[in-house]
Amino acid sequence: MNRRVVITGMGVAAPNGVGLAAFSEALKKGKSGIRFQPELERLKFRCQIAGQPEIPEEMLQEYFTKLELRGLNSSGIVYGVISGVVAWKDAGLPVGPEAETDWDNGIIFGTGILGVDKFREAIHLIDDKNTRRLGSTSVIQTMASGISAYLNNKLACGNQVTTNSSACTTGTEAILMAADRIRSGKAKRILAGSCSDSGPYVWGGFDAMRILPHQYNDDPEAGSRPMSESAAGFVPGSGAGALVVEDLESALERGAKIYAEVLGGHINSGGQRNKGSMTAPNSEGVKRCIKNAIFDAGVRGDELDVINGHLTATSMDATEIRNWSEALELKAKDFPYINSLKSLTGHCLSAAGSVESVASILQISEGFIFGNQNSEDLHPEIEEIASREKVPEKSFFREVNLVAKASFGFGDVNAVAIFSKFR
Amino acid sequence: METKEIIYCLKKIVKPYVQNDLAFQDFGRDTDFIKDLEINSANLVDIVLDVEDEFNIAIDNDSMDNMLTVNDAVEIIKTKQREQ
Repeated sequence: MNRRVVITGMGVAAPNGVGLAAFSEALKKGKSGIRFQPELERLKFRCQIAGQPEIPEEMLQEYFTKLELRGLNSSGIVYGVISGVVAWKDAGLPVGPEAETDWDNGIIFGTGILGVDKFREAIHLIDDKNTRRLGSTSVIQTMASGISAYLNNKLACGNQVTTNSSACTTGTEAILMAADRIRSGKAKRILAGSCSDSGPYVWGGFDAMRILPHQYNDDPEAGSRPMSESAAGFVPGSGAGALVVEDLESALERGAKIYAEVLGGHINSGGQRNKGSMTAPNSEGVKRCIKNAIFDAGVRGDELDVINGHLTATSMDATEIRNWSEALELKAKDFPYINSLKSLTGHCLSAAGSVESVASILQISEGFIFGNQNSEDLHPEIEEIASREKVPEKSFFREVNLVAKASFGFGDVNAVAIFSKFR
Repeated sequence: METKEIIYCLKKIVKPYVQNDLAFQDFGRDTDFIKDLEINSANLVDIVLDVEDEFNIAIDNDSMDNMLTVNDAVEIIKTKQREQ
């Protein structure tokens, strides 16, 4: 049984745009969402810039009940619920108390860590011997699956409802897990996505590892420099992306609009061997993941229009490009266009895969390729592999049929998804 | 504090948690938080915390378990205020 799987709804809460229209415009205009963070300065972080979605008070009231907003202190839940509800509505599916349990609908919504600010509140109360004052939502705001639980309170899904976690591959993994479940006939519609909290308690550990740039505190928008020779580390980000992954038959029956088809993909690990480690990928694993994804999708590498890479703005960027080139056996002018959303949003961590998948699919549905900010000084090792024009600095309109989206994460885990125009 | 005044404050505290608005219109001494107002039992914990803040009292675990109706709450609040 091999059913076709399509995307029928999308939502996003990204540092450079909340909602599909704002996000799409930001991509076309090269609008950055990276800003100076006074809180990080106060706490004496080396890197004091970050990407954080801007959520106005009215929007909170639109997506959460008054009761839910009492004591709500989990930014990941805020971003995840907004993007998830937007996607579900976009797909024409019912939201709210009137929605009845639908046994064919599921949720696979991942996160790295959830509700760190709420957890910090709880830790202070507990250490003050005041555990009884935690209130009733301390657990649901900090359990990893809190995000799928909050979403399901609104969507009433009766199929599998879960939260996956695989560091920075989480979002892409969620989409592929959803596609697998639908392909095998076990569900008809799954809200797939991921979210990541904002703030010092999420980003601090990365600052301590000295892998964030400290040179751009006065010039935040220049700080995230994927593929650049002067890349100095990734800018931390946050947010959420959500996609309604649906069985083609069901989508056609409902007359749903179809953004793209999920042709296939692959998930693997390099096993932390052969230069793979807790924090770096085994290139052999990455190349296998790319090749298997292409094979699973039933396409050839030279048919790819765009690669939306993981490309975080570290020294690993050149290695990633080399891995793509060797896996696809393409280089120079034959290399596909390549872009990284992280120049505009920073690295949204566990939200990266889903936010970037939304960006990848918008390129297909709206026919454009977004540019790479801050790549004017392209890394010479990258220019040896891909022709300069294949790493566009500015966005441009062009038909896009086939996009490969890759995400790699701590623990040496990889995921590659292949999206195509629906025909 | 007079009973009437306490009930008035309680009504304000309980309002955001109420799921049966019709029953809330008849809010009075005999109102049962869960049976009448259909308040999620998990939220009773939050109501106790709100009551503590509003009346500046501490409600022990045993009293918490017995706070099922508005009348129970009124009695507990009066007792705790007297003890202070």
